[in-house]
Amino acid sequence: MSLLEVKNLQVRVEDREILHGLSLTVNEGEVHAIMGPNGSGKSTLSHVIAGKPGYEVTGGEILFKGEDLLAMAPDERAAKGVFLAFQYPVEIPGVATMTFLRTALNAQRKSRGEGEFSTPDFLKKVREVAKRLNIPQDMLKRGVNVGFSGGEKKRNEVLQMALFEPSLCILDEMDSGLDIDALRVAADGVNALRSPGRAMVVITHYQRLLNYIVPDFVHVMSKGKVVKSGGKELALELEASGYAQFEDAA
Amino acid sequence: MLWQKRRPEGPWRTCSPRRAIGSGTGKVLELRQQAFEAFERAGLPHRRLEDWKYTDLRVLMREVLPLAAAPDAAALQRAKKALKSVAVSDACRLVLVDGVLAPSLSDVASLESGVHVQTLREVLEDGSNAARADLLENGAMSGPMIALNATMATDGAVITVDNGAVLKKPLHIVHVATRSSAASHTRSFLKLGQAAHATLLESFVAAEDAKSYQVNDAVILWLGNDTQLQHVRLVADAGDATNITTAVFTIGAKARLATFNMTSGGGLSRYQGYLTFAGEGSEVSANGVNLLNGRQHADSTLFLDHAVPNCASREVFRAVVDDRAHSVFQGRIIVQPHAQKTDAKMMTRALLLSDEAEADNKPELEIFADDVTCGHGATTGALDESLLFYLRARGLSEKEAQALLIQAFVGEAIESIASDTLRELAISTAQRWLAARG
Repeated sequence: MSLLEVKNLQVRVEDREILHGLSLTVNEGEVHAIMGPNGSGKSTLSHVIAGKPGYEVTGGEILFKGEDLLAMAPDERAAKGVFLAFQYPVEIPGVATMTFLRTALNAQRKSRGEGEFSTPDFLKKVREVAKRLNIPQDMLKRGVNVGFSGGEKKRNEVLQMALFEPSLCILDEMDSGLDIDALRVAADGVNALRSPGRAMVVITHYQRLLNYIVPDFVHVMSKGKVVKSGGKELALELEASGYAQFEDAA
Repeated sequence: MLWQKRRPEGPWRTCSPRRAIGSGTGKVLELRQQAFEAFERAGLPHRRLEDWKYTDLRVLMREVLPLAAAPDAAALQRAKKALKSVAVSDACRLVLVDGVLAPSLSDVASLESGVHVQTLREVLEDGSNAARADLLENGAMSGPMIALNATMATDGAVITVDNGAVLKKPLHIVHVATRSSAASHTRSFLKLGQAAHATLLESFVAAEDAKSYQVNDAVILWLGNDTQLQHVRLVADAGDATNITTAVFTIGAKARLATFNMTSGGGLSRYQGYLTFAGEGSEVSANGVNLLNGRQHADSTLFLDHAVPNCASREVFRAVVDDRAHSVFQGRIIVQPHAQKTDAKMMTRALLLSDEAEADNKPELEIFADDVTCGHGATTGALDESLLFYLRARGLSEKEAQALLIQAFVGEAIESIASDTLRELAISTAQRWLAARG
């Protein structure tokens, strides 16, 4: 059984059809890159998988671990192991990062019938993970993402990935707004989370990120569909030739 | 007009003036009579009075209920049970049951040194104490409800704190209603001598079966020079009860006042605070939180007078309104012509959780001095969908996500409470309200 099966997905946002029959299969242990120009529907795909309101699925289905993902509420999907690292993580003033992390982790564990983490165990875990990602303790006392730079926000997303241990990580344009050093730290964090039981979907415009997070498969999206799939060399070809040839093919 | 003086039909339908006017002789009785006449002339406040524009008591309250009977043993037992929900460790508790101070439930015998407590009743009935009649005067903020309070106040706590006394235990005035369809009127006083420090907590609760009652309370506070007062007020009356309270603060020089009001109970409530800077170099923080659902109507109205120079004030107000409830915040600040170097800021925000929830925010700044820093802001809105989605995408259910954001929303106002015990009390009240939403 594949971890994620997107079958012929058609999605409308307001009055526009954004995805026109998109299909994608991701198995455990694999890293897939999805590339494409602006407007190709990459973010729409990630939002629909995470369950963001405002997207109307007009056709097709998504199976996650064999179950109908679209029938689940966003929090159910998170508990089942779906994690979307947001392109623009929101700021939540008044909610301390630690409080948010603990509440979320315990909510997911409760959903799965697991016991809540005891506070000392939780604190220990967070400290370990934060240390590896170079996130200072006092940053965790601040409101979620409040006053964080772009790089810090992305590292906070990776921190959450490490804490929640999802089966499917969707990284929505992780490289946007990051300088090379910030990118390297975040990418190292992601690479440290690779495992046979976990899959990653890396969404990006640029090939550069894929030097750090090397994919097993690369898919090119154009006008709401996957128009070409290949191995990691495909990313290099794209870098050389651009997206134009795929626009015509779509 | 139904609310004019014609007694058979007006708000006095059920009690004659003789029964309405509270105890006392001589000057006290005279003041009571005058207050009664003032109330009769005005009647219950209505929407054509600017200060009452959102809270028309003729419509919402309709009449003044008959005075609650003095508590008997059974009432005291019911009150005792109700006290468990407001127990604060190590506080000096003064319990008013149906408007009468109950020594058996209070800690009058174990006061800290430097604190003196008398009951209003004993002060007013003491013929030799004619000077204390001024306790019934209304001062600058005469209005029908404070006049009614002066007429009918049966009892209250009269507290004085000696110069220099730094109290360790909070003073806790608890109002317990045990009778249904009756009214209690109380008036309490707190006078802080120079350089005194104190904490005052006020709780309003109901015994198990007390329904549809009315509370009309007044609390008059004088802060001497160099004093510090932390004041927290928690209104948790029965869901169909009415609570009208007037608080009057006169603040001396170099004093620090932090006053916080949280209304989560009561079907109809009006909290009106009059704060006057009477000495330079003082600071006031006046914060409030309304947590409302069902058909609750809660009105917080503050009048802040920067009457002297060099004082600072901060008002932070948060309302969370669900179902068909209605929150009102009116904040009037006056900066008098010679009150230079005034620093006054006000921020009121309302969070509407349902389509029929309503919030009215009316900031009013009258600034007559020119070397000041004044500002205000008022916002009303719903929960941010993108924040909700982020939390849900991390595993929180819809209710859990809303609860986290609502706690964050009221957090700024609650965090201002310096005392750990009292802050925890406010936080747990908010959490209980959130849990009850389901």
